[in-house]
Amino acid sequence: MKKFTYIMLSIVLFGAKSLYAQTPKGDVLIQNATVLTVTQGTLEETDVLVEDGIIKKIGKDLSASGNIETIDATGKFLMPGIIDAHSHLALDVVNEASAPITAQVSMADVVNPFDVGIYRALAGGTTVAHGLHGSANAIGGQSITMKFRYGTSNPEDIFMKEAPRTIKFALGENPTRVHGRGKNIQPRTRMGVEAIIRNGFAEAQQYKKAWESYNSVKGKKNNTATPPTYDLRLQTLADILDGKIIIHCHSYRADEIYMLINVCRDFGVDKLVFTHVNEGFKVAPELAKYTMGASVFSDWWAYKFEVYYSTAYNAAILMENDVVTSINSDSDELIRHLYHEAAKTQRYGGLTDEQALSLITINPAKQLGIDEFVGSIEEGKQGDLVIFDHHPLSVYAVPQMTFIDGVKYFDINEDEDDQRIKVSPTEMVEPVYLKAEDERCMHGVELFMQEAAAFNHTH
Amino acid sequence: MRKINLTIYVLLFFLLPVLSYGQIEGEVLKPEGGSFLLRGATVVTVTNGILENTDVLISNGKISNIGTGLSASGATEIDCSGQFIYPGMIDSGTRLGLVEVGSLAETQDYSEIGNVTPNMQALTAINPNSVSIPVTRVSGVTTVLSVPSGGLFPGTAALINLNGYTPDQMYTGFNGVPMNFPTSARRGRWDRRSDDEIKKDAEKALKDINDIWERASTYMKLEDAEADLQYYPEMQQLAKVVRGELPLLIEVNKAEDIKNALKWIKEKAVQNAILTGVSEGFRVADEIAAADVPVITGPVLALPSRSSDRYDAAYTNPGKMLEAGVKVAIRTSDAENVRNLPFNAGFAAAYGMGKEEALKAITIVPAEIFGVDDHLGSIEEGKSATLFISDGDPFETSTQIMHVFIDGYKIPMTSRHIRLYQEFLERNPGLEKH
Repeated sequence: MKKFTYIMLSIVLFGAKSLYAQTPKGDVLIQNATVLTVTQGTLEETDVLVEDGIIKKIGKDLSASGNIETIDATGKFLMPGIIDAHSHLALDVVNEASAPITAQVSMADVVNPFDVGIYRALAGGTTVAHGLHGSANAIGGQSITMKFRYGTSNPEDIFMKEAPRTIKFALGENPTRVHGRGKNIQPRTRMGVEAIIRNGFAEAQQYKKAWESYNSVKGKKNNTATPPTYDLRLQTLADILDGKIIIHCHSYRADEIYMLINVCRDFGVDKLVFTHVNEGFKVAPELAKYTMGASVFSDWWAYKFEVYYSTAYNAAILMENDVVTSINSDSDELIRHLYHEAAKTQRYGGLTDEQALSLITINPAKQLGIDEFVGSIEEGKQGDLVIFDHHPLSVYAVPQMTFIDGVKYFDINEDEDDQRIKVSPTEMVEPVYLKAEDERCMHGVELFMQEAAAFNHTH
Repeated sequence: MRKINLTIYVLLFFLLPVLSYGQIEGEVLKPEGGSFLLRGATVVTVTNGILENTDVLISNGKISNIGTGLSASGATEIDCSGQFIYPGMIDSGTRLGLVEVGSLAETQDYSEIGNVTPNMQALTAINPNSVSIPVTRVSGVTTVLSVPSGGLFPGTAALINLNGYTPDQMYTGFNGVPMNFPTSARRGRWDRRSDDEIKKDAEKALKDINDIWERASTYMKLEDAEADLQYYPEMQQLAKVVRGELPLLIEVNKAEDIKNALKWIKEKAVQNAILTGVSEGFRVADEIAAADVPVITGPVLALPSRSSDRYDAAYTNPGKMLEAGVKVAIRTSDAENVRNLPFNAGFAAAYGMGKEEALKAITIVPAEIFGVDDHLGSIEEGKSATLFISDGDPFETSTQIMHVFIDGYKIPMTSRHIRLYQEFLERNPGLEKH
């Protein structure tokens, strides 16, 4: 009897747990919109039906069964939810800057679902963001791909569970400044950065080998082998070598980009995306052939020396050279208007509407390994959608509604102004920030910089 | 033998200049002076409506004639049919020219040591050859206020046109003295002072400013009485502000601070005050309008200053102030990306300000605030030929800027960003060396 109760209880609890883990899925019929599918052209006066969180049908005169909410989008534009391949939004901390390799840490542990910035990103049409570790270390921590299901108190509810694992790497001034100049350890130069990464990969190969030889004798009779010590840091690096994790590498200069391409080729790693990559345009043919692409700023430059020789035409050059290219924010501010950032590629290089939109939808989806789920409006994909009043590449475009999995998370006409879901009771007067912090790639490294020169930039 | 040697030397002598020039290739593009006739454009005058199919004649650096069927009479003709002429855009608050690479202290010339340094001249430190200047001007932003920062009185800001080989050639008629009004706001999330500490700091800063103002007033009175004064450059400069010769640009953002600043302006009877920043202006827009103090606000593409604010608080701020009757100019507060000025105006337009008013906020309104509307801010006969020609609405990112004129000079439409594009679009060699 006791055993039976135990089993029943387990079943109930298990059921409850999976119910708890279930994120909301919605149904909605959006009618008569100009549908910017991104992958299948523009469809005029077209309906999109989302059922149970999935785009069920795209066509004309669709009808909804039952009580599905119907939205008249006549004269409006519908595009896929915007995807940001580089963000630090909703992360409590960003840099574990204590060593040049910190592959063992994970941003999944520091996701803050209460960050009102999530709502602000939704109000700018962004539905998916890649929350990265900072750029203090040559090999940083593992990152987390999020769907901005705002309103939950459970961090796991905003994880995109289908997304593959990703990890942050960083080259150039940041790791050399933090470790070389800040702590007087390698790397102090771009030579050192290469050596650190090669050492890490080589160590991981040995670690893998140790486990493989142990596993090969483990089951055998009279075997006395003891298992190697489990090491999360080396295991993570081994997983990179096994192609289980996509590298997103902070980089600026062409030489360092080329260096990491070579290192990865030597170790048989091909899941590699470069981020920032301001001088990517100088090695565009190499990026096109050997990597999963480049995720760039629309126009940032000259904020530090390694971006002095860059150009706002970067995205256009990369696109014309067949590099899978995305435009990211790296900023709690820019993440609210990535549609505008993408539109700048029409000023700087004359990209077509479809090319420009792909920079913030299907291309970042490819770079995050989630393009089978999101990044375009196609039947069978997840119902992440944004309605705009004008074409989203127009400077006058204002996002009207944002959906994730068919659930509406932003509605310009219905939402209250104050969207905080946690208000501190000890906060007598709400603080006003003269400069709201919005750029955080080097957040949390001040501690290590006391011996170094003035620290005043963050990317 | 000697003769042959001589012949060789003579030959070499003639070859030398050829050889040395032989190492230099490529075309150098320089600003081009002269007379230009811009033929058949849609002229967005800003002050006198939109003129279809109209010619604009540029000579002696000025807009000498606006009309139809103008005779070229020696001027270089530029066909502008299907295109638009706008006055050059004015960014009323930047750091352009005062910094080259943001993080490198060696290139930061915007912040001098000391709390009260109004005598520090931005114009002195502006680098006419900054790489950012061509990057900016090809976007149609022709004129910027370069503003020093840090401390209570960081220096003297200067209005410059983005063409010229010396600061004096760039200077275009306005100087102003910025002042950081004491604030009870936090400077950023990293600002971990307690509420009490912040309040005390603000009170002390206000007391300091009052003392300094008092001293400057005394200095002015002594000057006016032709007293024999010792060299005191800080007070010399501030006395000009007290006298109303130089405008005071009061940087203030938090609503409560704005109210205090307005009170302070009244108390001190500041004759020529301009509020800058004003990110929470929408909360006290009526008070600002009633005080009749002009505002330079921005960036528009910014986060709200409070976490309880509506997501678009910064986008709607210029429109809300305008609606309340405030005179509003828009700035970027940027250095290398001042080219985003039209996009800041575009967002303000979309979020309540409207296109026409947003265009004014980056042309005629700042020109009026700075008192340079006699030569800048609109397309009118007699004004400076500081303008640009585009193939559409300059707020739209898909629009291309075709030509830029500054003080009558035709600006080469190139910059390092464009040259890198030209070099690397189709790299040679590509992936393989051969």
